[in-house]
Amino acid sequence: MLTNYKSTKLLSGSYVLVESLLNKGMNIVFGYPGGQAITIYDALYSYKNELSHILVRHEQGAIHAAQGYARVSGKIGVVIVTSGPGIANTITGIADAMIDSTPIVVISGQVSSDLLGTDAFQEIDVIGITQPITKWTYQIRNANEITWAISRAFYIAKTGRPGPVVLDITKNAQTEQIFYNPVDVNSIRSYVPVPKLNKISLQSAADLINLSKKPFALVGQGVILGNAEKELLNFLKYSDIPAATTMLGLSALPSNEPLNVGMLGMHGNIAANLKTNECDVLIAIGMRFDDRVTGNLNTYAKQAKIIHFDIDPSEINKNVKVDIAILGDVKKTLPALIKLLTKALHTNWRNTFKSLLKQEIKAVIKKEIEPQVGPLKMGEVVHKVSEATEGNAVLVTDVGQNQIIGIRYFKYKQTRSLVTSGGLGTMGFGLPAAIGAKFAAPNRTICLFVGDGGFQMTIQELGTIMQSNIDVKIILLNNNCLGMVRQWQKLFFKERYSETNMDNPNFVQIAAAYGIPGKSVSKREELDVTIHEMLERKGPYLLETKLLQETMVYPMIPVGSCITNILLGNEK
Amino acid sequence: MKNKILYTITIFSENTVGLLNQVAIIFTRRGLNIETLSVSTSALKGIHKFTITTFADEEIIENITKQIDKRVDILKTYYNTDKDLIFQEIALYKVSTPNLLILKSTEDIVRKYNIRILDMTEVWTVLEKTGHYDETQALFSELSAQIGVFQFIRSGRIAITKSNIERLSDMLDSNRN
Ligand SMILES: Cc1ncc(C[n+]2csc(CCOP(=O)(O)OP(=O)(O)O)c2C)c(N)n1
Repeated sequence: MLTNYKSTKLLSGSYVLVESLLNKGMNIVFGYPGGQAITIYDALYSYKNELSHILVRHEQGAIHAAQGYARVSGKIGVVIVTSGPGIANTITGIADAMIDSTPIVVISGQVSSDLLGTDAFQEIDVIGITQPITKWTYQIRNANEITWAISRAFYIAKTGRPGPVVLDITKNAQTEQIFYNPVDVNSIRSYVPVPKLNKISLQSAADLINLSKKPFALVGQGVILGNAEKELLNFLKYSDIPAATTMLGLSALPSNEPLNVGMLGMHGNIAANLKTNECDVLIAIGMRFDDRVTGNLNTYAKQAKIIHFDIDPSEINKNVKVDIAILGDVKKTLPALIKLLTKALHTNWRNTFKSLLKQEIKAVIKKEIEPQVGPLKMGEVVHKVSEATEGNAVLVTDVGQNQIIGIRYFKYKQTRSLVTSGGLGTMGFGLPAAIGAKFAAPNRTICLFVGDGGFQMTIQELGTIMQSNIDVKIILLNNNCLGMVRQWQKLFFKERYSETNMDNPNFVQIAAAYGIPGKSVSKREELDVTIHEMLERKGPYLLETKLLQETMVYPMIPVGSCITNILLGNEK
Repeated sequence: MKNKILYTITIFSENTVGLLNQVAIIFTRRGLNIETLSVSTSALKGIHKFTITTFADEEIIENITKQIDKRVDILKTYYNTDKDLIFQEIALYKVSTPNLLILKSTEDIVRKYNIRILDMTEVWTVLEKTGHYDETQALFSELSAQIGVFQFIRSGRIAITKSNIERLSDMLDSNRN
């Protein structure tokens, strides 16, 4: 036990770094060693019992794992990497965490401060490279700054709208001997994490909602990040308002909640999209009107008064001009709003959503999740896994058709049950993110849906799963092609399938080489038993389902189209 | 393309390494040119002030102002159009002394443009003019046409709002919970 040295004994910067992480309550980090991080790794060796380190196979794996961990646990994900190529390999994940507001702290080793700027071995300009994709980035050039910087980094990453922070720590700072004195940063004069609530705006919002005949709520990840699921549900129920979620807002409301009318956006539910352009008051809560949600802005919700709840002032009027902005933390602003509302019932309005759901079930959903004949469908695989886990599992997806079908047909009972790369759409995210998710929720089943393309982008992380025996259920939706791109080529490029076919290896054998059991399934009859075998087994498992290249994902709103222009796949 | 006009963005920030880059990349992402840039310490100790001018439409300016303001080390950012501001630029002109002396209208030019002479040798003279862009540019054109200009430099804009006080202190409190 090495913790709690306090200021009694000199410690190296690296030890102080680890002490500071422990002081912040961390018990797990994801990383990969190297020359400029070797003294940090030496310190980690002494703290093995206090701080577990998960050795990944590529630094991109470390950052996505930290993201998965953060998204499911609600805590900060920490990554430790070496300088130069080490930190460079995390860039995709840092950008991903930035756009999806995930609290991450990345610690990178750096060359000694006397070598900075000299093109020293494995030196890169970490600050310059990461500034555009981080909430804050700082270079620690002497050991005395370490406790302050770690504390500040944790504070910034987690407060307000969360995001990634990078700390670049020079070799000399890692080795200098200092006394460890914990510091606690909990305010920064230039940083206002939660803007002040404007009571007048809140009253105007309440007036609009009270008068509304056809209110509609759009729920984003802000609700989950703000731990405001209960407050949201109270609000929706009190005013009887139907709500749709963005992709990252999924699981903020239980799937079976009657007021939950599904998902917005390009591959969202018909009702959710059509009703956006029919409601009289649109209440956006912790979402950012991404173009995949809004389609053509010139025809987006023009009939509605728009109220926007957000913690980040820079999101207001960024994409959609709103009538009323309510800045603040939704955990506080929603309850404050309820006090100003009169209880309402919108039965007729809500019923109009139901007929659209029926239409969607008939035109799309039933064919996708309950086909009676013909080849295996992606949707039925997802549906069966979701049923078998009874809505209790955490869904992790990669990017592409597997992602959209995964999130469309998986069901949730509790919040923080979905980990997916939203704003960046990072292929290769899924497998490492699932690893992180498992450490965040060791008692929950982690189901990863991944395509054959994305799987091979970070397939090396099977090694991490092997070494740390991580219980992740990998469901490979193998259509032997880059399905989502192929779908666009089919719909919009005259079936010119440019570079989207893939000759694939034997995935079950690859898993087997890592000691991971698995099975490949192509027949409907085998699906149920194999799913049950996968779920009953302790430890990781690869279930490969062989699907046709012709897989298509519907409904679909073509890029830049009006959100009422929904393709259902039955067009001539 | 919508109506682009010249905006002046004023930024108060901590004096930390890499701040200029943080501000600059927000312009880069939007493909906006920075027309002028001036950075110096402000009236408040330890706080730096950036004055940046750029052509844009108001929607974009509003957005990037908020995006700059959001950066952790930025204390406050706001934007103005020229009508809200008293602003000035300074320009230096190096010209040939003999040419200046043979000019019949040297006195006229000095009076007309309110020029100061900063230094003079037998070979060259350095003139200084403060004013708006149009004014310093007009002098440049006139000198170039008549006697030629060896060197010319113009500073970035500095600006002061027409309201009474430095707006930072009240703005700092107004946002807080
Ligand atoms: C790193 C990265 N490269 C390229 C893309 C573009 N892209 C989006 S979906 C897709 C196809 C994904 O294919 P696959 O992983 O097999 O999944 P499927 O769509 O077939 O389910 C591609 C190439 C991306 N999102 N991320």
